[in-house]
Amino acid sequence: MIRDRVVPPLLALAAFLAAWQLLVFAGNYPTFILPGPLVVGQRFVAAWADGTMEPHVAMTLAEIGIGFAGGALAGMLAGYVLARSSLANRVASPYLVAAQAVPILALAPLMALWFGSGLLAHALIVALIVFFPVAISTVVAVHGVDRRLLEMARSYRVTRSQRLRLVELPAALPGILGGLRIGVTLAVVGAIVAEWTGGDTGLGVLINLARGSLFDIPLLFATLLTIALIGVALYSIVLLVERHYAVPPA
Amino acid sequence: MEAGTDGPFGSLHVRRRLRCRLRVVHAGPSSPRARSPRVMVTAESDRALRDPLPAIGVGPVPAIHLEGVRFAFRGSGRQTEVLAGLDLDVAPRSIVALVGPNGCGKSTLLRVIAGLLPASTGMVEVEGRPLIGPDSRVGLVFQEPRLLPWRSASANVAFPLEIAGRDRVTRERRAAELLGLVGLREWGRARPAELSGGMRQRVAIARALALEPAVLLLDEPFSALDSLTRERFNVEFLRLWERIGATIVVVTHSIAEAVFLADRVLVLSPRPARLVADVAVDLPRPRRPGDLDAAGVTRTAAEIRAHLEGATDDAFAVATGDVPSHRQPSEAVE
Repeated sequence: MIRDRVVPPLLALAAFLAAWQLLVFAGNYPTFILPGPLVVGQRFVAAWADGTMEPHVAMTLAEIGIGFAGGALAGMLAGYVLARSSLANRVASPYLVAAQAVPILALAPLMALWFGSGLLAHALIVALIVFFPVAISTVVAVHGVDRRLLEMARSYRVTRSQRLRLVELPAALPGILGGLRIGVTLAVVGAIVAEWTGGDTGLGVLINLARGSLFDIPLLFATLLTIALIGVALYSIVLLVERHYAVPPA
Repeated sequence: MEAGTDGPFGSLHVRRRLRCRLRVVHAGPSSPRARSPRVMVTAESDRALRDPLPAIGVGPVPAIHLEGVRFAFRGSGRQTEVLAGLDLDVAPRSIVALVGPNGCGKSTLLRVIAGLLPASTGMVEVEGRPLIGPDSRVGLVFQEPRLLPWRSASANVAFPLEIAGRDRVTRERRAAELLGLVGLREWGRARPAELSGGMRQRVAIARALALEPAVLLLDEPFSALDSLTRERFNVEFLRLWERIGATIVVVTHSIAEAVFLADRVLVLSPRPARLVADVAVDLPRPRRPGDLDAAGVTRTAAEIRAHLEGATDDAFAVATGDVPSHRQPSEAVE
Protein backbone atom coordinates (compact mmCIF):
# COMPACT_ATOMS: atom_id res chain seq x y z
CA MET A 1 0.00 0.00 0.00
CA ILE A 2 1.05 3.59 -0.63
CA ARG A 3 0.36 4.45 3.01
CA ASP A 4 2.84 1.81 4.18
CA ARG A 5 5.48 3.25 1.89
CA VAL A 6 4.95 6.88 2.80
CA VAL A 7 4.10 6.87 6.50
CA PRO A 8 7.26 5.28 7.99
CA PRO A 9 9.70 7.67 6.24
CA LEU A 10 7.55 10.63 7.26
CA LEU A 11 7.50 9.44 10.87
CA ALA A 12 11.28 9.03 10.79
CA LEU A 13 11.66 12.57 9.42
CA ALA A 14 9.41 13.97 12.14
CA ALA A 15 11.38 12.11 14.81
CA PHE A 16 14.64 13.44 13.39
CA LEU A 17 13.40 17.04 13.36
CA ALA A 18 12.00 16.69 16.87
CA ALA A 19 15.30 15.32 18.18
CA TRP A 20 17.14 18.16 16.49
CA GLN A 21 14.87 20.79 18.01
CA LEU A 22 15.12 19.07 21.39
CA LEU A 23 18.91 19.10 21.20
CA VAL A 24 18.90 22.84 20.48
CA PHE A 25 16.56 23.51 23.43
CA ALA A 26 18.37 21.20 25.85
CA GLY A 27 21.84 22.48 24.99
CA ASN A 28 20.59 26.03 24.68
CA TYR A 29 22.89 26.49 21.68
CA PRO A 30 22.98 29.93 20.08
CA THR A 31 21.72 30.13 16.51
CA PHE A 32 25.22 30.73 15.10
CA ILE A 33 26.36 27.34 16.44
CA LEU A 34 23.34 25.12 15.83
CA PRO A 35 20.11 26.66 14.56
CA GLY A 36 16.93 24.68 15.12
CA PRO A 37 15.04 23.09 12.26
CA LEU A 38 12.36 25.73 12.42
CA VAL A 39 14.88 28.55 12.00
CA VAL A 40 16.59 26.70 9.16
CA GLY A 41 13.23 26.05 7.50
CA GLN A 42 12.30 29.74 7.72
CA ARG A 43 15.67 30.78 6.32
CA PHE A 44 15.38 28.20 3.53
CA VAL A 45 12.01 29.61 2.47
CA ALA A 46 13.22 33.20 2.82
CA ALA A 47 16.38 32.57 0.80
CA TRP A 48 14.33 31.14 -2.04
CA ALA A 49 11.69 33.87 -1.76
CA ASP A 50 14.11 36.82 -1.86
CA GLY A 51 16.15 35.36 -4.72
CA THR A 52 19.33 34.68 -2.73
CA MET A 53 19.36 30.99 -3.55
CA GLU A 54 18.35 30.93 -7.19
CA PRO A 55 21.49 32.15 -9.05
CA HIS A 56 23.69 29.88 -6.94
CA VAL A 57 21.47 26.86 -7.55
CA ALA A 58 21.37 27.62 -11.27
CA MET A 59 25.16 27.84 -11.43
CA THR A 60 25.74 24.63 -9.50
CA LEU A 61 23.16 22.76 -11.57
CA ALA A 62 24.79 23.99 -14.77
CA GLU A 63 28.19 22.80 -13.57
CA ILE A 64 26.74 19.44 -12.61
CA GLY A 65 24.83 19.13 -15.88
CA ILE A 66 27.75 19.92 -18.17
CA GLY A 67 30.33 18.11 -16.05
CA PHE A 68 28.23 15.01 -15.53
CA ALA A 69 27.32 14.73 -19.21
CA GLY A 70 30.94 15.18 -20.30
CA GLY A 71 32.44 12.94 -17.62
CA ALA A 72 29.86 10.19 -18.09
CA LEU A 73 30.23 10.21 -21.87
CA ALA A 74 34.02 10.13 -21.66
CA GLY A 75 33.83 7.44 -18.98
CA MET A 76 31.60 5.21 -21.09
CA LEU A 77 33.78 5.68 -24.14
CA ALA A 78 36.99 4.97 -22.24
CA GLY A 79 35.37 2.03 -20.46
CA TYR A 80 34.31 0.46 -23.74
CA VAL A 81 37.74 0.87 -25.30
CA LEU A 82 39.44 -0.50 -22.19
CA ALA A 83 37.09 -3.49 -22.14
CA ARG A 84 37.51 -4.34 -25.80
CA SER A 85 41.20 -3.58 -26.33
CA SER A 86 43.68 -5.39 -24.13
CA LEU A 87 46.42 -3.07 -25.39
CA ALA A 88 44.56 0.06 -24.29
CA ASN A 89 43.84 -1.66 -21.01
CA ARG A 90 47.49 -2.44 -20.37
CA VAL A 91 48.70 1.02 -21.40
CA ALA A 92 46.08 3.21 -19.76
CA SER A 93 44.87 1.35 -16.68
CA PRO A 94 47.77 2.27 -14.35
CA TYR A 95 47.40 5.98 -15.10
CA LEU A 96 43.68 5.79 -14.63
CA VAL A 97 44.01 4.22 -11.20
CA ALA A 98 46.80 6.60 -10.24
CA ALA A 99 44.72 9.59 -11.31
CA GLN A 100 41.84 8.33 -9.26
CA ALA A 101 44.05 7.80 -6.21
CA VAL A 102 44.79 11.54 -6.09
CA PRO A 103 41.89 13.13 -4.18
CA ILE A 104 39.89 15.62 -6.19
CA LEU A 105 40.22 18.05 -3.26
CA ALA A 106 43.97 18.23 -3.97
CA LEU A 107 43.43 18.51 -7.70
CA ALA A 108 40.85 21.30 -7.55
CA PRO A 109 43.27 24.16 -6.77
CA LEU A 110 45.46 23.07 -9.68
CA MET A 111 42.46 23.11 -11.99
CA ALA A 112 41.60 26.59 -10.71
CA LEU A 113 45.15 27.69 -11.48
CA TRP A 114 45.01 26.32 -15.01
CA PHE A 115 41.45 26.93 -16.05
CA GLY A 116 40.29 29.75 -13.79
CA SER A 117 37.17 29.60 -11.68
CA GLY A 118 34.34 29.90 -14.17
CA LEU A 119 31.60 27.51 -15.15
CA LEU A 120 33.77 25.43 -17.48
CA ALA A 121 36.60 25.01 -14.97
CA HIS A 122 34.12 23.78 -12.38
CA ALA A 123 32.39 21.53 -14.88
CA LEU A 124 35.78 20.04 -15.68
CA ILE A 125 36.29 19.05 -12.05
CA VAL A 126 32.81 17.53 -11.98
CA ALA A 127 33.64 15.61 -15.16
CA LEU A 128 36.88 14.31 -13.61
CA ILE A 129 35.15 13.02 -10.53
CA VAL A 130 32.34 11.40 -12.56
CA PHE A 131 34.66 9.83 -15.10
CA PHE A 132 36.21 7.08 -12.98
CA PRO A 133 33.18 5.26 -11.54
CA VAL A 134 31.45 5.39 -14.92
CA ALA A 135 34.53 4.10 -16.74
CA ILE A 136 35.05 1.23 -14.29
CA SER A 137 31.42 0.17 -14.26
CA THR A 138 31.41 0.28 -18.07
CA VAL A 139 34.50 -1.96 -18.23
CA VAL A 140 32.87 -4.46 -15.89
CA ALA A 141 29.54 -4.32 -17.69
CA VAL A 142 31.04 -4.77 -21.16
CA HIS A 143 33.20 -7.65 -19.93
CA GLY A 144 30.05 -9.18 -18.52
CA VAL A 145 28.20 -9.22 -21.84
CA ASP A 146 27.33 -12.84 -22.59
CA ARG A 147 29.88 -14.11 -25.11
CA ARG A 148 27.31 -16.53 -26.45
CA LEU A 149 25.13 -13.60 -27.52
CA LEU A 150 28.13 -12.07 -29.26
CA GLU A 151 28.78 -15.32 -31.11
CA MET A 152 25.12 -15.48 -32.09
CA ALA A 153 25.35 -11.94 -33.47
CA ARG A 154 28.56 -12.81 -35.29
CA SER A 155 26.82 -15.70 -37.04
CA TYR A 156 24.59 -13.07 -38.68
CA ARG A 157 27.60 -11.06 -39.83
CA VAL A 158 27.09 -8.20 -37.43
CA THR A 159 29.25 -5.14 -38.07
CA ARG A 160 31.24 -3.51 -35.29
CA SER A 161 28.81 -0.63 -34.86
CA GLN A 162 25.77 -2.91 -35.05
CA ARG A 163 27.31 -5.12 -32.39
CA LEU A 164 27.80 -2.09 -30.15
CA ARG A 165 24.36 -0.62 -30.78
CA LEU A 166 22.22 -3.75 -30.86
CA VAL A 167 23.98 -6.12 -28.46
CA GLU A 168 26.70 -4.68 -26.26
CA LEU A 169 25.11 -1.40 -25.26
CA PRO A 170 21.71 -2.81 -24.27
CA ALA A 171 23.34 -5.77 -22.52
CA ALA A 172 25.76 -3.55 -20.59
CA LEU A 173 23.21 -0.82 -19.81
CA PRO A 174 22.19 -1.99 -16.31
CA GLY A 175 25.83 -2.04 -15.20
CA ILE A 176 26.59 1.32 -16.80
CA LEU A 177 23.54 2.86 -15.13
CA GLY A 178 24.84 1.61 -11.78
CA GLY A 179 28.02 3.59 -12.43
CA LEU A 180 26.00 6.65 -13.42
CA ARG A 181 24.12 6.42 -10.13
CA ILE A 182 27.39 6.65 -8.19
CA GLY A 183 28.64 9.29 -10.62
CA VAL A 184 25.69 11.62 -10.18
CA THR A 185 26.08 11.85 -6.41
CA LEU A 186 29.81 12.41 -6.82
CA ALA A 187 29.01 15.14 -9.37
CA VAL A 188 27.34 17.17 -6.62
CA VAL A 189 30.39 16.75 -4.40
CA GLY A 190 32.65 17.75 -7.30
CA ALA A 191 30.69 20.92 -7.99
CA ILE A 192 30.75 22.08 -4.36
CA VAL A 193 34.48 21.30 -4.01
CA ALA A 194 35.20 23.15 -7.25
CA GLU A 195 33.29 26.20 -6.07
CA TRP A 196 35.18 26.24 -2.78
CA THR A 197 38.42 26.75 -4.63
CA GLY A 198 37.17 29.88 -6.36
CA GLY A 199 34.32 31.50 -8.20
CA ASP A 200 31.65 34.01 -7.37
CA THR A 201 28.46 32.01 -7.84
CA GLY A 202 27.38 28.54 -6.80
CA LEU A 203 26.16 26.76 -3.71
CA GLY A 204 29.74 26.10 -2.59
CA VAL A 205 30.40 29.82 -2.76
CA LEU A 206 27.20 30.51 -0.83
CA ILE A 207 28.37 28.17 1.94
CA ASN A 208 31.60 30.14 2.20
CA LEU A 209 29.72 33.43 2.20
CA ALA A 210 27.23 32.30 4.84
CA ARG A 211 29.99 31.06 7.08
CA GLY A 212 32.32 34.00 6.43
CA SER A 213 31.39 37.54 5.46
CA LEU A 214 27.62 37.15 5.94
CA PHE A 215 27.95 35.05 9.09
CA ASP A 216 24.45 33.70 8.51
CA ILE A 217 24.57 30.17 9.92
CA PRO A 218 20.87 29.44 9.24
CA LEU A 219 21.61 30.29 5.59
CA LEU A 220 24.54 27.86 5.70
CA PHE A 221 22.17 25.13 6.86
CA ALA A 222 19.57 26.12 4.27
CA THR A 223 22.26 25.81 1.59
CA LEU A 224 23.24 22.35 2.85
CA LEU A 225 19.58 21.37 2.69
CA THR A 226 19.39 22.61 -0.89
CA ILE A 227 22.48 20.62 -1.85
CA ALA A 228 21.06 17.48 -0.25
CA LEU A 229 17.78 17.94 -2.12
CA ILE A 230 19.63 18.36 -5.43
CA GLY A 231 21.55 15.13 -4.75
CA VAL A 232 18.39 13.19 -3.94
CA ALA A 233 16.59 14.57 -6.99
CA LEU A 234 19.41 13.69 -9.41
CA TYR A 235 19.81 10.23 -7.90
CA SER A 236 16.06 9.64 -8.26
CA ILE A 237 16.20 10.64 -11.93
CA VAL A 238 18.93 8.08 -12.66
CA LEU A 239 16.96 5.50 -10.68
CA LEU A 240 13.87 6.22 -12.78
CA VAL A 241 15.88 5.79 -15.98
CA GLU A 242 17.23 2.53 -14.60
CA ARG A 243 13.73 1.25 -13.84
CA HIS A 244 12.63 2.17 -17.32
CA TYR A 245 15.36 0.04 -18.87
CA ALA A 246 15.20 -2.81 -16.38
CA VAL A 247 14.86 -6.14 -18.17
CA PRO A 248 13.90 -9.35 -16.44
CA PRO A 249 16.75 -11.84 -16.77
CA ALA A 250 16.21 -14.50 -19.40
CA MET B 1 41.21 -17.95 -32.90
CA GLU B 2 42.46 -16.01 -35.84
CA ALA B 3 43.38 -17.88 -38.94
CA GLY B 4 47.07 -18.18 -39.55
CA THR B 5 48.38 -16.54 -42.68
CA ASP B 6 48.97 -20.02 -44.06
CA GLY B 7 45.48 -21.25 -43.13
CA PRO B 8 42.74 -21.59 -45.69
CA PHE B 9 40.83 -18.74 -44.15
CA GLY B 10 43.70 -16.42 -44.86
CA SER B 11 44.28 -17.77 -48.31
CA LEU B 12 40.59 -17.58 -49.06
CA HIS B 13 40.74 -13.87 -48.52
CA VAL B 14 43.64 -13.77 -50.91
CA ARG B 15 41.64 -15.93 -53.24
CA ARG B 16 38.73 -13.56 -53.26
CA ARG B 17 40.93 -10.62 -53.96
CA LEU B 18 42.67 -12.51 -56.72
CA ARG B 19 39.44 -13.42 -58.34
CA CYS B 20 38.49 -9.77 -58.54
CA ARG B 21 41.82 -8.96 -60.04
CA LEU B 22 41.57 -11.73 -62.59
CA ARG B 23 38.13 -10.60 -63.59
CA VAL B 24 39.51 -7.17 -64.33
CA VAL B 25 42.28 -8.76 -66.33
CA HIS B 26 39.84 -10.80 -68.36
CA ALA B 27 37.71 -7.78 -69.09
CA GLY B 28 40.59 -5.68 -70.36
CA PRO B 29 43.03 -6.38 -73.16
CA SER B 30 45.36 -9.26 -72.44
CA SER B 31 48.10 -8.14 -70.13
CA PRO B 32 51.39 -9.69 -69.11
CA ARG B 33 50.26 -9.17 -65.51
CA ALA B 34 47.79 -12.04 -65.82
CA ARG B 35 50.67 -14.42 -66.29
CA SER B 36 52.69 -13.05 -63.43
CA PRO B 37 54.16 -15.96 -61.46
CA ARG B 38 52.44 -15.06 -58.19
CA VAL B 39 48.98 -15.16 -59.66
CA MET B 40 49.73 -18.38 -61.49
CA VAL B 41 50.98 -20.16 -58.39
CA THR B 42 48.00 -19.17 -56.31
CA ALA B 43 45.56 -19.96 -59.05
CA GLU B 44 47.09 -23.35 -59.64
CA SER B 45 46.96 -24.31 -56.01
CA ASP B 46 43.41 -23.13 -55.87
CA ARG B 47 40.88 -25.66 -57.00
CA ALA B 48 37.96 -23.35 -56.40
CA LEU B 49 39.41 -20.77 -58.70
CA ARG B 50 40.27 -23.19 -61.46
CA ASP B 51 36.83 -24.72 -61.65
CA PRO B 52 34.38 -22.64 -59.67
CA LEU B 53 31.46 -24.75 -60.94
CA PRO B 54 31.33 -28.53 -60.65
CA ALA B 55 31.45 -30.48 -63.87
CA ILE B 56 28.07 -30.91 -65.55
CA GLY B 57 26.64 -34.41 -65.42
CA VAL B 58 28.22 -35.37 -62.11
CA GLY B 59 24.90 -34.90 -60.30
CA PRO B 60 23.29 -32.19 -58.22
CA VAL B 61 25.55 -29.80 -56.37
CA PRO B 62 25.75 -30.96 -52.75
CA ALA B 63 24.28 -28.52 -50.26
CA ILE B 64 27.37 -28.96 -48.11
CA HIS B 65 30.73 -30.12 -49.34
CA LEU B 66 33.64 -30.67 -46.98
CA GLU B 67 37.02 -31.59 -48.31
CA GLY B 68 39.85 -32.55 -45.96
CA VAL B 69 38.51 -30.24 -43.26
CA ARG B 70 40.89 -30.19 -40.34
CA PHE B 71 40.60 -27.96 -37.32
CA ALA B 72 43.29 -27.42 -34.71
CA PHE B 73 43.92 -24.72 -32.18
CA ARG B 74 47.09 -23.72 -30.42
CA GLY B 75 46.71 -23.73 -26.66
CA SER B 76 49.61 -23.35 -24.19
CA GLY B 77 52.14 -23.87 -26.97
CA ARG B 78 50.64 -27.17 -28.06
CA GLN B 79 48.55 -27.87 -31.13
CA THR B 80 45.28 -29.55 -30.27
CA GLU B 81 43.62 -31.24 -33.16
CA VAL B 82 39.83 -31.28 -32.96
CA LEU B 83 38.83 -32.29 -36.48
CA ALA B 84 41.12 -34.65 -38.35
CA GLY B 85 40.48 -34.26 -42.04
CA LEU B 86 36.79 -34.72 -42.74
CA ASP B 87 35.31 -35.30 -46.18
CA LEU B 88 31.59 -35.04 -46.52
CA ASP B 89 28.86 -34.33 -49.06
CA VAL B 90 25.35 -33.60 -47.90
CA ALA B 91 22.56 -33.82 -50.49
CA PRO B 92 20.19 -30.84 -50.77
CA ARG B 93 17.05 -31.05 -48.65
CA SER B 94 18.27 -34.00 -46.66
CA ILE B 95 18.71 -34.34 -42.93
CA VAL B 96 22.00 -35.54 -41.53
CA ALA B 97 22.49 -36.29 -37.85
CA LEU B 98 25.90 -36.14 -36.20
CA VAL B 99 26.47 -38.39 -33.22
CA GLY B 100 29.65 -38.95 -31.28
CA PRO B 101 31.10 -39.04 -27.79
CA ASN B 102 31.11 -35.94 -25.61
CA GLY B 103 33.69 -33.36 -26.60
CA CYS B 104 34.57 -35.10 -29.84
CA GLY B 105 34.23 -31.93 -31.87
CA LYS B 106 30.67 -32.10 -33.17
CA SER B 107 29.99 -28.52 -32.15
CA THR B 108 33.30 -27.45 -33.65
CA LEU B 109 32.39 -29.09 -36.93
CA LEU B 110 29.05 -27.27 -36.90
CA ARG B 111 30.81 -23.95 -36.28
CA VAL B 112 33.17 -24.62 -39.17
CA ILE B 113 30.21 -25.28 -41.47
CA ALA B 114 28.55 -22.12 -40.11
CA GLY B 115 31.68 -20.12 -40.94
CA LEU B 116 32.17 -19.14 -37.30
CA LEU B 117 35.46 -21.02 -37.11
CA PRO B 118 37.89 -21.15 -40.02
CA ALA B 119 39.04 -24.65 -40.98
CA SER B 120 42.77 -24.98 -40.39
CA THR B 121 43.12 -26.80 -43.69
CA GLY B 122 40.68 -28.09 -46.27
CA MET B 123 37.66 -26.37 -47.67
CA VAL B 124 33.97 -25.88 -47.02
CA GLU B 125 31.50 -25.29 -49.82
CA VAL B 126 27.83 -24.48 -49.51
CA GLU B 127 25.76 -24.97 -52.64
CA GLY B 128 28.94 -25.26 -54.66
CA ARG B 129 30.43 -21.97 -53.53
CA PRO B 130 33.20 -21.65 -50.95
CA LEU B 131 32.31 -20.42 -47.49
CA ILE B 132 34.27 -17.46 -46.16
CA GLY B 133 33.13 -16.64 -42.66
CA PRO B 134 29.52 -16.42 -41.46
CA ASP B 135 27.12 -16.56 -44.36
CA SER B 136 23.42 -15.96 -44.91
CA ARG B 137 23.22 -19.27 -46.76
CA VAL B 138 23.75 -21.04 -43.44
CA GLY B 139 21.60 -20.68 -40.32
CA LEU B 140 22.80 -21.91 -36.95
CA VAL B 141 20.66 -22.86 -33.96
CA PHE B 142 22.69 -23.08 -30.77
CA GLN B 143 22.23 -25.44 -27.88
CA GLU B 144 20.73 -22.58 -25.86
CA PRO B 145 18.22 -20.17 -27.42
CA ARG B 146 20.60 -17.19 -27.09
CA LEU B 147 17.80 -14.67 -27.38
CA LEU B 148 18.38 -11.01 -26.57
CA PRO B 149 16.49 -10.70 -23.26
CA TRP B 150 15.55 -7.05 -23.79
CA ARG B 151 13.86 -7.75 -27.11
CA SER B 152 10.42 -9.19 -27.75
CA ALA B 153 10.16 -12.57 -29.46
CA SER B 154 9.26 -10.81 -32.69
CA ALA B 155 12.23 -8.42 -32.47
CA ASN B 156 14.50 -11.36 -31.73
CA VAL B 157 13.33 -13.13 -34.87
CA ALA B 158 13.83 -9.90 -36.82
CA PHE B 159 17.38 -9.45 -35.48
CA PRO B 160 19.18 -11.02 -38.50
CA LEU B 161 16.97 -8.98 -40.85
CA GLU B 162 17.85 -5.81 -38.99
CA ILE B 163 21.55 -6.61 -39.30
CA ALA B 164 21.06 -7.32 -43.00
CA GLY B 165 19.54 -3.86 -43.35
CA ARG B 166 15.94 -4.76 -44.20
CA ASP B 167 13.34 -2.07 -43.56
CA ARG B 168 10.99 -2.17 -40.61
CA VAL B 169 7.88 -3.21 -42.53
CA THR B 170 9.66 -6.17 -44.12
CA ARG B 171 11.13 -7.15 -40.77
CA GLU B 172 7.83 -7.11 -38.95
CA ARG B 173 6.00 -9.00 -41.67
CA ARG B 174 8.69 -11.65 -41.93
CA ALA B 175 8.98 -12.04 -38.15
CA ALA B 176 5.22 -12.60 -37.87
CA GLU B 177 5.41 -15.14 -40.68
CA LEU B 178 8.27 -17.03 -39.04
CA LEU B 179 6.65 -17.00 -35.61
CA GLY B 180 3.56 -18.50 -37.21
CA LEU B 181 5.73 -21.15 -38.81
CA VAL B 182 7.01 -22.29 -35.40
CA GLY B 183 3.56 -22.04 -33.80
CA LEU B 184 4.10 -18.86 -31.82
CA ARG B 185 1.90 -16.49 -33.78
CA GLU B 186 0.35 -15.07 -30.60
CA TRP B 187 3.63 -14.60 -28.77
CA GLY B 188 5.39 -11.92 -30.82
CA ARG B 189 5.22 -9.29 -28.11
CA ALA B 190 6.40 -11.54 -25.28
CA ARG B 191 9.87 -11.12 -23.81
CA PRO B 192 12.06 -14.25 -23.65
CA ALA B 193 11.65 -14.34 -19.85
CA GLU B 194 7.92 -14.81 -20.34
CA LEU B 195 8.38 -17.83 -22.61
CA SER B 196 9.01 -21.45 -21.68
CA GLY B 197 12.30 -23.10 -22.59
CA GLY B 198 10.72 -24.87 -25.54
CA MET B 199 9.12 -21.68 -26.83
CA ARG B 200 12.42 -19.85 -26.60
CA GLN B 201 14.13 -22.52 -28.66
CA ARG B 202 11.36 -22.24 -31.25
CA VAL B 203 11.96 -18.50 -31.41
CA ALA B 204 15.66 -19.28 -31.94
CA ILE B 205 14.78 -21.60 -34.82
CA ALA B 206 12.55 -18.94 -36.36
CA ARG B 207 15.42 -16.46 -36.06
CA ALA B 208 17.82 -18.86 -37.78
CA LEU B 209 15.35 -19.13 -40.67
CA ALA B 210 14.96 -15.36 -41.03
CA LEU B 211 17.43 -15.00 -43.90
CA GLU B 212 16.06 -18.11 -45.66
CA PRO B 213 19.23 -20.18 -45.35
CA ALA B 214 19.68 -23.17 -47.63
CA VAL B 215 21.39 -25.00 -44.79
CA LEU B 216 20.17 -25.11 -41.21
CA LEU B 217 22.57 -26.35 -38.55
CA LEU B 218 21.32 -27.35 -35.11
CA ASP B 219 23.57 -27.99 -32.13
CA GLU B 220 21.65 -30.29 -29.76
CA PRO B 221 18.69 -27.96 -30.10
CA PHE B 222 16.27 -29.80 -27.83
CA SER B 223 18.69 -31.13 -25.24
CA ALA B 224 17.35 -28.85 -22.51
CA LEU B 225 13.79 -30.13 -22.92
CA ASP B 226 12.21 -33.02 -21.07
CA SER B 227 11.96 -36.20 -23.12
CA LEU B 228 8.22 -36.01 -23.91
CA THR B 229 8.41 -32.39 -25.05
CA ARG B 230 11.51 -33.25 -26.97
CA GLU B 231 9.74 -35.99 -28.86
CA ARG B 232 6.88 -33.67 -29.75
CA PHE B 233 9.41 -31.11 -30.90
CA ASN B 234 11.09 -33.62 -33.16
CA VAL B 235 7.77 -34.43 -34.86
CA GLU B 236 7.01 -30.74 -35.24
CA PHE B 237 10.46 -30.07 -36.49
CA LEU B 238 10.10 -32.61 -39.30
CA ARG B 239 6.83 -30.95 -40.32
CA LEU B 240 8.61 -27.59 -40.36
CA TRP B 241 11.42 -29.05 -42.45
CA GLU B 242 8.94 -30.32 -45.02
CA ARG B 243 7.63 -26.79 -45.40
CA ILE B 244 10.94 -24.96 -45.62
CA GLY B 245 12.88 -27.60 -47.55
CA ALA B 246 16.27 -26.68 -46.14
CA THR B 247 19.22 -29.00 -45.76
CA ILE B 248 19.63 -29.90 -42.11
CA VAL B 249 22.61 -30.97 -40.05
CA VAL B 250 21.69 -31.75 -36.48
CA VAL B 251 24.04 -32.68 -33.66
CA THR B 252 22.48 -34.94 -31.06
CA HIS B 253 23.42 -37.22 -28.20
CA SER B 254 20.38 -39.39 -28.69
CA ILE B 255 20.58 -42.25 -31.16
CA ALA B 256 16.80 -42.49 -31.20
CA GLU B 257 16.51 -38.82 -32.07
CA ALA B 258 19.16 -39.17 -34.77
CA VAL B 259 17.36 -42.14 -36.37
CA PHE B 260 13.96 -40.49 -36.11
CA LEU B 261 15.06 -37.25 -37.78
CA ALA B 262 17.77 -38.12 -40.22
CA ASP B 263 18.28 -39.66 -43.64
CA ARG B 264 21.87 -40.37 -42.67
CA VAL B 265 23.51 -40.70 -39.31
CA LEU B 266 27.21 -39.88 -39.18
CA VAL B 267 29.16 -41.35 -36.29
CA LEU B 268 32.24 -39.41 -35.22
CA SER B 269 35.21 -40.77 -33.30
CA PRO B 270 36.56 -39.21 -30.09
CA ARG B 271 38.83 -36.23 -30.57
CA PRO B 272 40.34 -35.66 -33.05
CA ALA B 273 37.07 -36.38 -34.78
CA ARG B 274 36.98 -38.46 -37.92
CA LEU B 275 34.10 -40.17 -39.62
CA VAL B 276 33.64 -43.67 -38.16
CA ALA B 277 30.42 -44.65 -39.88
CA ASP B 278 27.85 -43.29 -42.27
CA VAL B 279 24.58 -45.11 -41.58
CA ALA B 280 21.60 -44.64 -43.89
CA VAL B 281 18.20 -44.58 -42.19
CA ASP B 282 15.67 -46.49 -44.23
CA LEU B 283 12.45 -45.14 -42.84
CA PRO B 284 9.75 -43.61 -45.02
CA ARG B 285 8.56 -40.04 -44.51
CA PRO B 286 6.48 -38.55 -43.07
CA ARG B 287 7.63 -40.18 -39.89
CA ARG B 288 5.66 -40.71 -36.73
CA PRO B 289 6.86 -41.40 -33.20
CA GLY B 290 5.51 -44.95 -33.42
CA ASP B 291 7.80 -45.66 -36.37
CA LEU B 292 10.67 -46.08 -33.97
CA ASP B 293 9.32 -49.47 -32.96
CA ALA B 294 9.81 -50.90 -36.43
CA ALA B 295 12.31 -53.75 -36.51
CA GLY B 296 14.42 -52.05 -39.16
CA VAL B 297 14.80 -48.96 -37.05
CA THR B 298 15.89 -50.96 -34.05
CA ARG B 299 18.50 -52.62 -36.21
CA THR B 300 19.73 -49.24 -37.50
CA ALA B 301 19.93 -47.90 -33.96
CA ALA B 302 21.83 -50.98 -32.85
CA GLU B 303 24.27 -50.52 -35.70
CA ILE B 304 24.91 -46.92 -34.74
CA ARG B 305 25.33 -47.90 -31.13
CA ALA B 306 27.84 -50.56 -32.08
CA HIS B 307 29.90 -47.93 -33.88
CA LEU B 308 29.66 -45.62 -30.91
CA GLU B 309 30.70 -48.32 -28.48
CA GLY B 310 34.14 -48.05 -29.92
CA ALA B 311 34.13 -44.59 -28.41
CA THR B 312 33.94 -43.62 -24.75
CA ASP B 313 31.79 -45.23 -22.06
CA ASP B 314 30.16 -41.89 -21.57
CA ALA B 315 28.67 -41.87 -25.03
CA PHE B 316 27.58 -45.47 -24.59
CA ALA B 317 25.70 -44.67 -21.40
CA VAL B 318 23.94 -41.74 -23.00
CA ALA B 319 23.07 -43.78 -26.04
CA THR B 320 21.58 -46.77 -24.25
CA GLY B 321 19.84 -44.56 -21.75
CA ASP B 322 18.03 -42.71 -24.48
CA VAL B 323 16.64 -45.43 -26.62
CA PRO B 324 14.12 -47.08 -24.24
CA SER B 325 12.44 -43.77 -23.43
CA HIS B 326 11.35 -43.54 -27.02
CA ARG B 327 9.80 -46.98 -26.95
CA GLN B 328 7.29 -46.53 -24.22
CA PRO B 329 3.93 -47.99 -25.21
CA SER B 330 2.06 -44.72 -24.68
CA GLU B 331 4.09 -43.07 -27.41
CA ALA B 332 3.52 -45.87 -29.87
CA VAL B 333 -0.04 -44.63 -30.21
CA GLU B 334 0.34 -42.10 -32.99
